[in-house]
Amino acid sequence: MDKTLNNKAWFLVLPVLVVVAFSAIIPLMTVVNYSVNDTFGDNQFFWNGLAWFEEMVTSDRLHAALGRQVLFSAIILAIEVPLGIYIALNMPKKGAWASLCLVLMSLPLLIPFNVVGTIWQIFGRVDIGLLGHTLALMGIDYNYTNDALDAWVTIIVMDVWHWTSLIALLCYAGLQSIPNAYYQAARVDQASRWSVFRYIELPKMQGVLLIAVLLRFMDSFMIYTEPFVLTGGGPGNSTTFLSIDLVKMAVGQFDLGPAAAFSIMYFLVILLVSWVFYTVMTNLDKAEGR
Amino acid sequence: MAKITLKNLAHSYDPAPKSEADFALKEMDHVWDDGGAYALLGSSGCGKTTLLNIISGLLRPSQGRVLFGETDVTDAETAQRNIAQVFQFPVVYDTMTVRDNLAFPLRNRGMEASYIAARVSQIAAMIGMEAMLDKKARGLTADAKQKISLGRGMVREDVNAILFDEPLTVIDPHMKWELRTQLKQLHRQFGHTMIYVTHDQTEALTFADKVVVMYDGRVVQMGTPEELFETPQHTFVGYFIGSPGMNLLPAQIHGDHAHLLGTTIPLGAAYGHVAGKTQIGIRPEYAVLTSGAGLPITIKRVEDVGRHRIIRGEVAGNAVNVIAPEGMAVGADLTHVTFTPDRINVYADDWRVAPERAA
Repeated sequence: MDKTLNNKAWFLVLPVLVVVAFSAIIPLMTVVNYSVNDTFGDNQFFWNGLAWFEEMVTSDRLHAALGRQVLFSAIILAIEVPLGIYIALNMPKKGAWASLCLVLMSLPLLIPFNVVGTIWQIFGRVDIGLLGHTLALMGIDYNYTNDALDAWVTIIVMDVWHWTSLIALLCYAGLQSIPNAYYQAARVDQASRWSVFRYIELPKMQGVLLIAVLLRFMDSFMIYTEPFVLTGGGPGNSTTFLSIDLVKMAVGQFDLGPAAAFSIMYFLVILLVSWVFYTVMTNLDKAEGR
Repeated sequence: MAKITLKNLAHSYDPAPKSEADFALKEMDHVWDDGGAYALLGSSGCGKTTLLNIISGLLRPSQGRVLFGETDVTDAETAQRNIAQVFQFPVVYDTMTVRDNLAFPLRNRGMEASYIAARVSQIAAMIGMEAMLDKKARGLTADAKQKISLGRGMVREDVNAILFDEPLTVIDPHMKWELRTQLKQLHRQFGHTMIYVTHDQTEALTFADKVVVMYDGRVVQMGTPEELFETPQHTFVGYFIGSPGMNLLPAQIHGDHAHLLGTTIPLGAAYGHVAGKTQIGIRPEYAVLTSGAGLPITIKRVEDVGRHRIIRGEVAGNAVNVIAPEGMAVGADLTHVTFTPDRINVYADDWRVAPERAA
C-alpha cells in the first residue's frame, strides 16, 4: 500500500509534546537550573557550577540516608518476594475462594499511601493503638516513637502488609498460565514438590517476577509518604530515607540548590540500578535459551 | 509390568451425576493384557483421555476399580503406579538441558549415575537428539520438544505401562512415521504394555495389536485391525475405520435375505428375528458396480486415489461408496451395485447382530 506523505501530520504529535513538556521536561529543567545556580529568591540566580553536586556527593548526611535506603529496599525485597511467591503458590486455583482471595489481597493495594501511614501510626501507638497497646500489655517494650529498631520493624511490617499482595498477585497470574499437563507430567515423573517449583513454576514465573522485583525496588527506593506519616523520619534520623531527607532539605531548610543536585543524582541512581537490573535479568534469560 | 483390569469403571466430571448422559465414561469392564500394544481410537471428546488419565492415576474414577496385576491401585497416586505418560502437547522442563530432561525421571527414582548416563544416551540415539543433549530445552522447536517428552516417557525400563495421549499431533508427517516405527520396535524389544490414544485410524492400526474403539464414553469394540475391518460391532466402528467407511442401508431382515427398495439381497448367514432399527453394512471394498443386477445407484463422483478409485454414489438417498479396482472402466452403463453376501453385516439399533447359522 502506498503511504500518503503529509508533513502536516506532525502537528498531530504536538499535543503529546506539549503535555510531556509540561509534565516532565520543564520541571526537570527547572531542577537542573536550580542545581547549577545559587539563589536568594526574587528569581536572581548566581552561577555555581557543580559545587552543589560536590557538596552532596561528599555529604555524610546523604551517605547515611542512602545507606538506610539501601538497607530498607534490601530488607523488604528479601521478605516480600519469597513471601509473595509462597502466598501465590498456596492460593486456591479456581472457584469462589480464589475470587475472595483476590479481592482480599487487592485491598491493601487500593488504600492511599498516607492512609496506610495513618492506619499504622494509630495501630502502633502504645496508648490507643491495638498493636502497640496489646504489646505493652504483654510486657513487650515497644515504642516506635523513641526506639529506632521498633520504628524500623513497624515500617517494614507496614510495607510488607501494603505491598506483598502485588508480588503475590503477579506471581499468581504467572502460575495460572501453566498448563495442567506440566503438573501431570511431573507427577508421572515422580518429581518432588521442590522440583515442581524449581523446574516448572519458577521458570514460568520468571517474567512476572522480574517486573515485580523491579517495581518493588523502584517504589521502595522512592518511599516517602508512609514512613513520613508514621515516624516523620525519626526517632532522630533513624528512618530518614532519601526522599524524606530530600524534602527536609528542599522544603524544610529551603536549600534549593543542594536539594536539586540531590534529586538529580537520586533520579539517576534509580534509573541506573533499574537499567542494570533489567539488562542483567533479560540477558541471563537469553543466555539460558542458548 | 502387569496386566491392567478395569472393573465396573465409570467416570463423571459432575460430582452428582443424574443420568447416564452425565458420564464422560460409561460403565466398562475390560482386561488389558500384559505386554500388549493397544490403541485407543475414537473421535474427539469420546472419553479416550479420561480413560487414560484414570489408568495413570491423574484422575480418580467416580466408580469402579483399577487393578494392576492383582493389586488394586484405584486410590494409588500416579507416582506409586510406576507408569509413564506422554502428553498431546510437549511438556519439557525449560530450564534444564535435553540431557537433564531425559534423566529427570531416573534421578527422581534415585538410579545410579552410570546407569542414567547409559540409558540417556540410548534414548537420545533413539529419538535422534544426540547432538543436542547439552542444549537448553527452552529454545527448541515444538517437535524437538515433543521428542524429548517421548524420550522421557520411554527412559524408564521398569514401568508397568507407557501411555501415549495423541503424542504425534505436533510432529511433522515424516518424523511421525519414523517415531511410530521406533515405538513399535521398542515395544517388541522390551514388551512394555503400551496404550496409545489417537483419533487417526492409520496410526492406530499400524501401531497396535489390538485397537479399542471408543464412542460416546463407551468402548464399542476391542479387537485386532482385521476384526474391526471385517466385523465391526457397532456402526460407528464401521464408519470410523476404513477409508471410506462402511456403507449402511436401512433394510428388513428375513432369515438369510435382506429386503430394501423392493430388491432382495442375499446375506451370507441366516438371522433370527431382528428388532429395532435394522441396517445392513457393507464395506466399499466388497461392493461391485454392475450394469443391471442389484440395487440402482446414482453415481455422483469418481475419485482416483492412485491404487484404486472411489465411486461416490447414492442409493435411494443413502450415500454408498464403492471401491473399483484400477483399470476397471467406470462407464454410464454401470447403473447398479451388488454386495458380496458373506461380507454383509447386519445391525439392529447400531449394534451388530450375530447370525444364527451360516446360510
